[in-house]
Amino acid sequence: MNDHLTIDWQPLWLSLELASVTMLILLVIGIPLAWWLAYSRQRWKFAVEAVISLPMVLPPSVLGFYLLLAFSPGNGFGRFLADHFDLRLVFTFPGLVLASLIYSLPFMVNPVLAGFRGLPADWKEASHTLGKSELVTLFRVLLPNIRASLITGAVLSFAHTIGEFGVVMMIGGSIPGQTKVASVAIYDEVLSTNYPLANRYAIVLLVLSFLILLLVYGINHYYNKYKTLP
Amino acid sequence: MESQPSPNTSRQPDHGLADPGALPGPRPFLEFAAKKLLYTAQGKEWLDIRFQLEKGQTLAIYGPSGAGKTTLLRILAGLTEVSKGFIRLGDETWLDTANRKCQPTRRRAIGFVFQDFALFPNLTVRKQLEYALPQSTYAPTTTPAAAPPSIDELLSLMELEALQHHHPALLSGGQQQRVALARAIARRPSLLLLDEPLSALDDEMRNKLQEYIGKIQHRYHLTTILVSHHLPEILRLADTAITLKHGRIETQGAPATVFGKTVPATSVSPTQSVSTIPISLSATILDIAQEDNHYLITVRCAGSILDIPVAPEQAAPLAIGQTITITFNASSPTLSQQP
Repeated sequence: MNDHLTIDWQPLWLSLELASVTMLILLVIGIPLAWWLAYSRQRWKFAVEAVISLPMVLPPSVLGFYLLLAFSPGNGFGRFLADHFDLRLVFTFPGLVLASLIYSLPFMVNPVLAGFRGLPADWKEASHTLGKSELVTLFRVLLPNIRASLITGAVLSFAHTIGEFGVVMMIGGSIPGQTKVASVAIYDEVLSTNYPLANRYAIVLLVLSFLILLLVYGINHYYNKYKTLP
Repeated sequence: MESQPSPNTSRQPDHGLADPGALPGPRPFLEFAAKKLLYTAQGKEWLDIRFQLEKGQTLAIYGPSGAGKTTLLRILAGLTEVSKGFIRLGDETWLDTANRKCQPTRRRAIGFVFQDFALFPNLTVRKQLEYALPQSTYAPTTTPAAAPPSIDELLSLMELEALQHHHPALLSGGQQQRVALARAIARRPSLLLLDEPLSALDDEMRNKLQEYIGKIQHRYHLTTILVSHHLPEILRLADTAITLKHGRIETQGAPATVFGKTVPATSVSPTQSVSTIPISLSATILDIAQEDNHYLITVRCAGSILDIPVAPEQAAPLAIGQTITITFNASSPTLSQQP
């Protein structure tokens, strides 16, 4: 009786692990991408913006379906990875990370981009007139003044990865310890009509998601109120 | 990486913006020539400007909004691109479109004071100045005129010691302005660019800051270009002035001449005044000249230039650029019906 109610923490840990790895990698690629979108004078950069934002409107199953096709060893990209790097992305944790990066990219890029666009243009120019390069300007002037946007981007991409389900189902499946994340665990328990355990997982995710959003809104509230202070 | 400029090479660029280095005679410190299409509220207009400036001089740019004043400064700083242009400062060519040469902003030895100061909110006053110092990792192609002044010297010169650990948000407009000025000269630029630096300040603060600007000009012997709407400021700070209109230079010369030219001078002798009705007008002092036993004060008042003789003791507290009140006595009033 008690056995089927015992919560298996592994899917939850896996969710947290996936979200943390995704968030860290997204910080590294999302900031330069947002910087480029904010300051590049390329005319077609709006098209890049549209592509990055696509996962926000696309059903996750559509994204997952095409990633499944791309990653599967029977197809070009998947075969290339398998042949040259011995890397399998379907039904593996690295595959989940790659899918999460694409899936959560707009949640990192868009807040950071909005942060850059909200800064007065002449801060960057002033830094250049003081003899500073783009890189020094980015780290010493731009990023310190969009801290709220950076935290928002990091937390939202983390939370969005915790909440992903459709993409994981398509390319990850439900391999315990490998790809069975918390959202998939809930689905499995529901399928086997173990509602009480599904409820336990669900409550943990609910509380976690709420705390994350509370943190985001709290930070934004703080920065809006005390914006001018460091 | 751009090639090092060769100051003595003479060439004949095909864009009509000839490098005057090829011309005989001593070369001026700064040469500027630029053409650029401007999009203004009045439609498209060509900015077409060339001028020269001697070392240590201050040039004032005056003109209505939309005449291209700020654009001119931004072109000098490399923040705005031009269709055709040539800029040389000392031995460095900053821009030469004919030879596809353009130094990026960070490699031009400038100090730029923006209209809204552009201070970084995350840095304290002291950190703001430290940020402006050259980094060891970065070797500028434009060597600074001399070793940069120390931060402490700048803080003391601009009377900012007490505020050095404050963030910009806690400072008043005048204090922020002083920080912006100090930051702009911290790397000891060869050229100081001021974009209406005092427009956001009230008269009292304006006067005080003109003193600070005068002080740093004197101390560091900086070549300066000042965009200003404010006549007294120009008369007080500039050695030479240019008025711009529709993207072109309208007049050019010594400030008192430039602003005296537009209207014919009228001479008023105090002995002509007979009426008992006083009329007070605000005036700006353009020039103070010592005559035999009195001083001749040239003022701009109600759109006219007036020469007013005064006694030496009256002239003593007056200074060029100062705003004063002149009281006239109406000598021959004429009446006319209002429409």
